[in-house]
Amino acid sequence: MRAIRLPEDSGLFSTLRAGDEVLLSGVLFGARDQAHSRLADLVAGGKPLPVQLRGQTVYYVGPTPAPPGRPIGSCGPTTATRMDPFTPALLKAGLVGMVGKGKRSKAVVAAMREAGAVYFYAFGGCGALYAERVRSSAIVAFEDLGPEAIYRLEVEDFPVVVAIDSTGEGLPAFLAST
Amino acid sequence: MAGRTVSSEALYRALKEAVLRMNVELPADVTSAIRSAFERETGRGRTALKYILENIDIASRSRLPLCQDTGMIVAFVEVGRGVSFEGEGLSSTIDRAIADAYREGNFRKSVVADPLNGRANTGMNLPAVVYWDFTESDTLRVSCMAKGFGSENCGKVFMLNPTAGREAVIASIVEAARAAGGNPCPPIVVGVGIGGTMDRAAVLSKRALLRDLDDVNPDPYYAALEADALSALNALGIGAGGLGGEVTCLAVKTAVAGTHLAGLPVAVTINCWADRKCRVEL
Ligand code: SF4
Repeated sequence: MRAIRLPEDSGLFSTLRAGDEVLLSGVLFGARDQAHSRLADLVAGGKPLPVQLRGQTVYYVGPTPAPPGRPIGSCGPTTATRMDPFTPALLKAGLVGMVGKGKRSKAVVAAMREAGAVYFYAFGGCGALYAERVRSSAIVAFEDLGPEAIYRLEVEDFPVVVAIDSTGEGLPAFLAST
Repeated sequence: MAGRTVSSEALYRALKEAVLRMNVELPADVTSAIRSAFERETGRGRTALKYILENIDIASRSRLPLCQDTGMIVAFVEVGRGVSFEGEGLSSTIDRAIADAYREGNFRKSVVADPLNGRANTGMNLPAVVYWDFTESDTLRVSCMAKGFGSENCGKVFMLNPTAGREAVIASIVEAARAAGGNPCPPIVVGVGIGGTMDRAAVLSKRALLRDLDDVNPDPYYAALEADALSALNALGIGAGGLGGEVTCLAVKTAVAGTHLAGLPVAVTINCWADRKCRVEL
């Protein structure tokens, strides 16, 4: 099991191979459908982004409301496939890591290879387990989107598996046929 | 048959409690199926099963929802003819219990009012999908599941040729699971509705999911079909979390109805390992 600190160790992503188990600690940016759509529009329009994505990792997540005294509610991964149309634009803007569940399209895998990016699988449905490994959570962009805003999460020992590595190799269930 | 009176307050309290519990505690039959899957898995999926079991413990201890997708409620209401219901209407009592459970439990409200136009969140996790049955008993029973949509989106209906036969039914189940891959958070539980019309088969596929995972179909023909479909699904190698392994599916449950001589409807509902269900009986 490898331990990786984000964003400092994202340079090590090229040494990861599909199937490797990894513990992520440090910063993840929580973002889902609406935030992706907006970010991709900004990149396409050549406009500045509200968060610097270079060298960063996003987590596809839509948590339950935080109960009193906790930074976040249940926060397992949501399906990455829905972000596929927007992902190449984010990779172009410097994104190097993605954490979620589900298949990725051929176009995403090609863009990942070009960017040297990695797609990590977070254990689907394990929302309570991941909640206990989040130290802090704060909205950093698109506050008007409410639960779909971009969050900065500080995590500790977030267990994931490399689903698709930076060479484009992946575990079969994560590679879409189109 | 003795007539009985059930108050809307009694149903409200029992159902709200049950829905609150459903999202933080898995039913015993599901947890034990996952535990036995962990014991026999040797593939990569074993890691996913280990974390799923840890997640189940954390959720029940912390009262955090098992999964952040706390689902859309699908409810089957069986109204005994010997029951007279007093107070608020039955339908609005059920809605109120669901809405209050989702608010008090800090569950995610995941339901939008219009599927296409605007998709505004109702903020109450309503409407629920409710099916009504009238029985000859003197009890009122509400059976619910919290249906996550990562798995719901993998459901399929097949309108088979009437002579297609048993193997074609199994092949349809396998096709749905293969296409789903890791998306529905395997190990999955599969409900299969066979017969009726297209819509009846779909409802039966949900009703089948209410069965205990370790029950055995009293009809030996369907018991064998369920066992064979289960082996075929586990031969797919998808494994827990889609990581690969011998356990892709925990159970296949069928429910059947008479159908037209010109058709063989088969509906497949896929549920995730977070197979959340509850029952209230008054
Ligand atoms: S498919 Fe089920 S376990 Fe997976 S994220 Fe959705 S509700 Fe949760």
